[in-house]
Amino acid sequence: MATLTLAKALNEGLRKAMENDPKVLVMGEDVGQLGGVFRVTDGLSKDFGEDRVIDTPLAESGIIGTAVGLSIRGFRPVCEIQFDGFVFPAFDQIVTQVAKMHYRSSGNVKLPITIRIPYGGGIGAVEHHSESPEAYFAHTPGLKVVTCSNPADAYWMIQQAVACDDPIVFFEPKRRYWDKAEVDTDSSPADLWSARIARSGTDATLITYGPSVRTCLEASAAAAEEGRELEVVDLRALSPIDWETVFTSARKTGHAIVVAEAPVYVSLAAEVAARVTEQCFYSLESPVLRVGGYSTPYPASRIEEDYLPDLDRVLDAVDRAIGF
Amino acid sequence: MTEVLLPQPSEGPGFVQLLTPEGQRVEHPDYALDISDDEIKSLYRDLVMVRRIDTEATALQRQGQLGLWASLLGQEAAQVGAGRALTERDFAFPTYREHGVAYCKGVDPVTLLGLFRGASQGGWDPNENGFGLYTIVIGSQTLHATGYAMGIQRDGGDGAAMAFFGDGATSQGDVNEAFVWAGSFNAPIVFFCQNNQWAISEPVERQSHIPLYRRAEGFGFPGVRVDGNDVLAVLAVTRAALARAREGSGPSLVEAYTYRMAPHTTSDDPSRYRLAADLETWKLKDPVERVKAYLSRHGVADASFFADVSAAADELAAHVRAACIEMADPEPLSLFDHVYAGGSSLLDEERAGMAAYLASFEGESPAAAKLNVGAH
Ligand SMILES: Cc1ncc(C[n+]2csc(CCOP(=O)(O)OP(=O)(O)O)c2C)c(N)n1
Ligand SMILES: [Mg+2]
Repeated sequence: MATLTLAKALNEGLRKAMENDPKVLVMGEDVGQLGGVFRVTDGLSKDFGEDRVIDTPLAESGIIGTAVGLSIRGFRPVCEIQFDGFVFPAFDQIVTQVAKMHYRSSGNVKLPITIRIPYGGGIGAVEHHSESPEAYFAHTPGLKVVTCSNPADAYWMIQQAVACDDPIVFFEPKRRYWDKAEVDTDSSPADLWSARIARSGTDATLITYGPSVRTCLEASAAAAEEGRELEVVDLRALSPIDWETVFTSARKTGHAIVVAEAPVYVSLAAEVAARVTEQCFYSLESPVLRVGGYSTPYPASRIEEDYLPDLDRVLDAVDRAIGF
Repeated sequence: MTEVLLPQPSEGPGFVQLLTPEGQRVEHPDYALDISDDEIKSLYRDLVMVRRIDTEATALQRQGQLGLWASLLGQEAAQVGAGRALTERDFAFPTYREHGVAYCKGVDPVTLLGLFRGASQGGWDPNENGFGLYTIVIGSQTLHATGYAMGIQRDGGDGAAMAFFGDGATSQGDVNEAFVWAGSFNAPIVFFCQNNQWAISEPVERQSHIPLYRRAEGFGFPGVRVDGNDVLAVLAVTRAALARAREGSGPSLVEAYTYRMAPHTTSDDPSRYRLAADLETWKLKDPVERVKAYLSRHGVADASFFADVSAAADELAAHVRAACIEMADPEPLSLFDHVYAGGSSLLDEERAGMAAYLASFEGESPAAAKLNVGAH
């Protein structure tokens, strides 16, 4: 047992992954000596050397494109994209090459690439540093997408992602990097593709992931004071999704609300809402609601609290669902 | 595999300098600069003003008035030299650090602060002063500048475009594509690279094994390395490059060789990756001090001139400070403004929904505020 921040848990997980497999490489901008702008790769360069922890030139397409070549050569690259808004120079490589090479090579080429992206808002940052682009990647066949919400999951999920033979986009909730919790580094982890019941309840289900899990837990605590028991499902894997856990909860409570920071329009939340409606129709007592970002570019930080789903907006949706 | 990082000699046959760090005028065969002492005094004034704006903004960040600041400390001569070479006809496409160019282009420094305070995403009109929006995504603006230059070619204008970018940016695909396009179309553009030796924690040697200015040759246009801490040399070199562009002779690359004296931004901790001793070496090449030395040594300016400049800088800083602190937070509903030129029914619906939601709290504070969990 150790008390770790989410960032430190990722760091420890990466260290384990590098110890377990000499083919694992870490690459990205400022990941070496600096240890990454969030210090997620702190100390790795010192301990594993510059051949395994590569400070790359400033070019995201290069980071992902060379990771493809390194994978073909038998390496297992863990690529860091410094912030969500900077993944787009690499979007071409990710969507046209990374996502399709296994398919195009009749399964002969595996690309065990992990693409780490700190994402989400709430840290008072300037533009391009607060976005939630997960839907683009979940929408791309050939990619798998996961996100952790707490230190224990961070520790295990990063190791599982690195060990996975498919390319994985690994989203890290940057405003939760400093959240601390006990991490049991000896236990065995849950399946990477399973969702987690973060809180059990009977009155309504909050389906969420990444940075919004804590928001939903806080909302559930507030709801409990008013006698309402909310269940919180932390999806963890965004593509593919563990639907059984989601459906079981929605059927049990009869009310489902999906909460995420990304703009709601054509989002991952939209997919969840559609599936729950299809599969749980006769158990639902209200339409599935979505709480999330608006259809605007991520706003200036002094109004980001109005843009982000917060406790009040979640509880407002719960009221609307239950009062339907 | 061993690390091979070739040194990048700062000085050499190609290095243009017109004023030494000690404040001595020197000649360069290709870049004669016919400049009056009054003009040098006004360059000095700009250097001091720009440094003062920067110091004030750094202080405002420390005091919580700005969320972030990207300091230009050490790069004043590169920016004032290039900024003063630009005329009203020319258009500058900046990164996020070109506060000195903005100043020379007539942009009120307060305009720049909204972005760093978190009150806007920039918000200014690029056409007002020929100064584009700050661009944080590394390298994007170099293509915009190239396209703008192609526009000048096509509508018979007589100005030029100038693209600002850093040493790190030279690795980015967009920047290399901009070089290809500008060369292919012989576009009237100057690529102005401030090589401040660092891209956050990565030294320039990570980006290139040859001096950056020599990259230009491969793209088919001239490149020159200038002492980026020498405002006279930067002015002469960028004036020549702009003249070349305007007369139809095509693009060029200017590498202003300088040093980032401050952290990358106020969020950065450079003690993790560079030696304090390097700062000492570069302090001796200070861009402001060398002009002051020249002006004093030649009896061009006396104590009262320096006192006046300093007082004017303090006055500007006071204006920046007051305007920053008074800058109002945007209204929540303003987040829907300006997404489209033609509006959108989707946004109309969302705006109405948010307005109704906010109205439901009339007279009571939201639970999030009561529990103090809204802002992490
Ligand atoms: C596409 C992209 N990737 C990464 C970043 C994060 N980032 C911000 S500044 C910077 C370094 C830029 O170095 P350089 O081009 O030399 O400019 P300088 O900051 O030194 O002025 C990086 C990596 C970014 N803003 N955009
Ligand atoms: Mg730089």
